[in-house]
Amino acid sequence: MGEASRVSRYLYTVIVLFIIWLFLTASIDPQELGFGLLLSLIVATFAYEIFTTGGLANLHPKKIIYAAAYIPYFLWAMIMANLDVAYRVLHPKRPIRPGIVHCKTVLNTDAGKLALANSITLTPGTITLDVDDEDYFIHWIWVPDEVLHAETEDEHVKNASSSITMPFEKFLKVIFG
Amino acid sequence: MNAAAVIGEALVLIGTFFYFLSALGLIRMPDVYNRMQTSTKSATLGSLGVVVGTGIWAIGTSYGSWSWLVKTVTIATFLLLTNPISAHALIRAAYKKGIPLWHGSVVDKYREHLKQEGGEE
Repeated sequence: MGEASRVSRYLYTVIVLFIIWLFLTASIDPQELGFGLLLSLIVATFAYEIFTTGGLANLHPKKIIYAAAYIPYFLWAMIMANLDVAYRVLHPKRPIRPGIVHCKTVLNTDAGKLALANSITLTPGTITLDVDDEDYFIHWIWVPDEVLHAETEDEHVKNASSSITMPFEKFLKVIFG
Repeated sequence: MNAAAVIGEALVLIGTFFYFLSALGLIRMPDVYNRMQTSTKSATLGSLGVVVGTGIWAIGTSYGSWSWLVKTVTIATFLLLTNPISAHALIRAAYKKGIPLWHGSVVDKYREHLKQEGGEE
């Protein structure tokens, strides 16, 4: 993704800051809105250079729709994984088979990789240990058979990726590119 | 007592239950990596349930309003954005320090990767 123009990046920063202000104050009093807008404009002047490189292109409707769909999808995945780990904790025999597996991602941008690593860590049962370009090293509380008994490295990566990174990637690919 | 208060109380209860499970997991799990697994659970469903539950609970009370829910959801969002970074930093530091994996661990691709990189240099 090339760098967007300064105006576009500045406006995007203002919009994001103003939305955060809206949520933090939770009020539609004109006085508060006006002051929030003023503060957003001032803070964005200093912050836009490090805040974004994509500018207003980040607010493409398709990206917003995918981001909105990603939230319930992610929460559901998180709840399911939580119940799975809860079962492993409560089970008298403690059925864990931990290991560090190797995944590859199709995401290209740094923001996308960060979001993927965070999503993986937030899902109980998997923690991102390290990210090296497209390689993810993930500590997994229960390494399934098809990953453990994979004959080659490629097969191992393919099976691990399809269960850990792929479900998130189809959303993040659109949101972050 | 009304619907919002009941839902809020239930969410806080669920969150507390997951806090309990993660504390139990800290004791039961064999090594630092698996303990991290259970402690991320308290940060996700536990905190999310308690924080958002408080917001919904407040709607049902006489002094609360919708702004409670909006603010607690904001808190939960920032919690979800920042928590995994510290979890990642901790587990990576543990690995780099050389803390061994539990003897029951089945695979360690990261060591192979590091060896490979070291060999190429």
